[in-house]
Amino acid sequence: MTFRQLKKGHRARIVRFSGDLPHLQRLQEMGLTEGAEFEVMKVAPLGDPVEVQIRGYRLCLRKQETAGIEIELVP
Amino acid sequence: MARLALVGNPNAGKTSLFNALTGGSQKVGNFPGVTVEKASGHLRLGDRDVQVLDVPGLYSLQPVSADERVASQVIRGMRKTEAPLDLLVCVLDATNLERNLFFLSQVAELGKPLVVALTMTDLLEPTVAGAMPTSLSAMLGVPVIAVSAPKNQGLSELRAAIETQLDESMPPVDWLEQFRQARIADFASTLDHHSHWVLPETVEKLLEEPSESETLAAEQLEKLQLLRDELKPTRLRYAWAQQVAQSVLPIGISTRSRRVTDRIDSILTHRFFGLVVFLGVMFLVFQSIYTFAGPMMEGINSAFSWLGDVVSPRLESTPMLQSLVVDGIIAGVGGVVVFLPQILILFFFIALLEGSGYLARAAFLMDKLLGWCGLNGRAFIPLLSSFACAIPGIMATRVMPDQRSRLATILVAPLMSCSARLPVYVLLIGAFIEPQFGPLWAGFALFGMHLVGLLVAIPIVHLLNRGVIKGQRSPFLLEMPPYQAPKWRDIWFTIAIRAKVFLKTAGTIIVALSIVIWALLYFPRSEAQQTQWRSEYAVLTPAQKEVVSEDAFLAQRQIEQSYLGRFGHAIEPAFRPAGFDWRISTAILAAFPAREVLVSSFGILFSLGGDVDEESTDLRKSMQAATWPDGKKLFTPWTAVGLMVFFALCCQCMATLATIKRETNSWKWPIFTFTYMTGLAYLAAVLINALSKLWGAG
Repeated sequence: MTFRQLKKGHRARIVRFSGDLPHLQRLQEMGLTEGAEFEVMKVAPLGDPVEVQIRGYRLCLRKQETAGIEIELVP
Repeated sequence: MARLALVGNPNAGKTSLFNALTGGSQKVGNFPGVTVEKASGHLRLGDRDVQVLDVPGLYSLQPVSADERVASQVIRGMRKTEAPLDLLVCVLDATNLERNLFFLSQVAELGKPLVVALTMTDLLEPTVAGAMPTSLSAMLGVPVIAVSAPKNQGLSELRAAIETQLDESMPPVDWLEQFRQARIADFASTLDHHSHWVLPETVEKLLEEPSESETLAAEQLEKLQLLRDELKPTRLRYAWAQQVAQSVLPIGISTRSRRVTDRIDSILTHRFFGLVVFLGVMFLVFQSIYTFAGPMMEGINSAFSWLGDVVSPRLESTPMLQSLVVDGIIAGVGGVVVFLPQILILFFFIALLEGSGYLARAAFLMDKLLGWCGLNGRAFIPLLSSFACAIPGIMATRVMPDQRSRLATILVAPLMSCSARLPVYVLLIGAFIEPQFGPLWAGFALFGMHLVGLLVAIPIVHLLNRGVIKGQRSPFLLEMPPYQAPKWRDIWFTIAIRAKVFLKTAGTIIVALSIVIWALLYFPRSEAQQTQWRSEYAVLTPAQKEVVSEDAFLAQRQIEQSYLGRFGHAIEPAFRPAGFDWRISTAILAAFPAREVLVSSFGILFSLGGDVDEESTDLRKSMQAATWPDGKKLFTPWTAVGLMVFFALCCQCMATLATIKRETNSWKWPIFTFTYMTGLAYLAAVLINALSKLWGAG
C-alpha cells in the first residue's frame, strides 16, 4: 500500500522504494529508510499533507510526493 | 583570526545560539554571487577574537538544491570565496536525536575539530537530560555541552570547550566505520560455525565480490543480501544514530513538551477549529500591518515633510539645490523609511509565529490550497502580507526553504493588491463609479480590484513553474516542532536585522532612483519660461484665478514641459489604445517609482497643485470635467476601470524591485517582474478599452 490509504492512527513500516521516486535521497535523509516505522498523527483538513511521527519527530509529507514509497501496516 | 561555523539541522536552535554567542556584532549579507544568506559575528574568547559563521540549517551535507550546495561547500571548506574553517560547532536537538545525530555523523567525517552543543534539554525529563551530555560525550569522543541560549545556560562551558578544541584540535574518530565493522562481525558470528567463512574479513569479501558467494546456500544468500541492504550508506547511518539515541534516551519516552504540544495541536490543527484559529491569527497579522502601521507611516511622512519645511527656507537662494534636497533627497529617504513600520510589524509576527512553532501549523493547514496554485503552504504569509505591502511580503519568503517555490512566490507577490494602490482606487471609484452606479457597485469595484491580482497570479505561477524557473524541485517536507515560548532576544534580532538589510540594500537603490525621477521632473527649467508663465497667469480672468492658483498653474506648465512630461506626450500614442491621454500617460510614468504618486501627479496635471489627496472633491471634479482636445470626455467609467486594472497589475514600485534584487541577488528577476507585470497591465488596459468600444457599439 501507499501513503494514500493511510488514516489517522495507523502504524506502518516502509517496505521499499519504487525506482522513479523523485526525492528518494532527501526522504531517506529525513529518516524514511527501508524498515523504518512511523505512526500517522494527523491528516490536514483538506486531505493533504499527512503528519507522521518517525524517528522521534514529526514530519509532514504530501501524499503525491511519497507515491513511490511502498509501505505495510504494522499491527 | 580563527573561524568557526555553527552547523546543524533546521529548527535545532542554531540561530538562538548564534544570537547568544555573538550578541550585537552580527553582520548579514549574501555569500558572494548567490542568494544564500550569510550571517557572521564575533566571539571574544580571552584575548582571542573568533569569527562565528551561522550556516543555514541542513538535513544533510549531500545537497539537493543549489542553496544547500553553497551551505555544504562552506561547511566543507570548499567554497572559494570563504576562508576554511578551524572548528565546527554542531547543534544537536536533544528532543530529535536520531535525525540530528544523522547529520552530526556526516559533519564528524569532515575531520575538523568538533564541539557538540546540545539544545532543548529543558524539554526533557530532568533526570534524562542531566545524564545526556556525559554519556553522549563518552560515546562520541567529542565534547558535548548542554546549552540553553534563551536562559544563557551552558554558554561559558561552551566557550571553554571551543577554546580547548581550537588549541588542541583533536578530530573525531570515524564512528560509522566502527559501527559498520561491528555489524559485520556480528553477522559473521551468527553464521554456521562449521562453514569456512565466519571471519569478518570473509564477509567483507563476499559483500564486495558477489561471485564468491555462489557456493552459499540459498538461505545464507538471502541473509547476505539483507546485510548488503542494511549497509547502504543512509540506512547504516540511521542505524548508528538510532543505536546512539536509544542508549542515551530510553525508548518510548514521551517528553513533557510533546504531550503539551499534542494537546494544543488537537485544537490548532483541528479540521474546523484549526481553520478558525488560523483565520483569526492571519486577520490579526494583516490588520496589524494594514491598520496599525498607518499612523506610524503618517507620522514618518509628516516628520519628513516637516524636515523639508525646515530645510527649504535655508536653501531659498539656490532653488535647484532647494528642490533637489527637499523634493529629491528628503522625499526619497522618507519614501524608504515609510516602509519600516510594516516591515517591523510583519517580522515581529513572523519571528513570533516561527519561534513558537505556529508557522509550521499554518503551512500544514494551507498547503493543499496553495498546492493547487502551484505554490506550497509556506507561501501563505508572504502572500497575505503582500496585500498590505509587497516589500515585507517578499522579505518574508525567507521562511521558504525550497528555492523554486520561493522564487515563484517572490515573482507573484507584487500582484497582490497592496495598500499603496488603495488611494488610486479610492480616487477613481469615488470620481467615476460611485456617482454613476451607487455605493454598492463602488464596493464591488473595490473588492474586484483586490481580486484581480490574485486571480492573475494563479496562471502566472503555473507558467513560471513550467518554463521560467529552473532548478531541482524539492519535496514539501515540513517539520512540526514542539511549541515553545517566544524568545524575545531572537525576535528582536530578527526584526533589527531585517530593518537594517532593507535600509541598507533596498534603501540605496530607492534613494538613487528618487533623485533620477526628481531630475526628470525638474529639468529642463528656465527662468525665462517661468516669467512667461507668470505673465500668462496674470492675464487670466479672476474667475479662472479662483479655480487655479499661480503655483498650481506654474507646476502644471513645468510638468508638461519637463523631460517626463515630454516623454508622456511622446508615449501618448502607445497609451491611446488603452484610452489614456498624455496627462494619464505622464501620471503613470511619474508613478513608476511609487504608485501612490498618481494622486498628486493628477493634482498637478489637472492644475490643482500637488497637495491633493484621494478624497479631494476638487480633484474629482476636475477629472470628471477633463476632455480630449475634440471635447469628448477623457474619463468614462470604462477608462477608470481600465486605469485601475492597470494599477492593479503594473509593477509601479521601485522599492519592491529593489527588494527583489536584494532577495534574489540578481538584477534578472526585478527586470523580469517589471517587464511581465507592465506588459500584463498594458494588455489588460487595452483589452478593457476595446471592450468598452464593443459595448458602446452594441
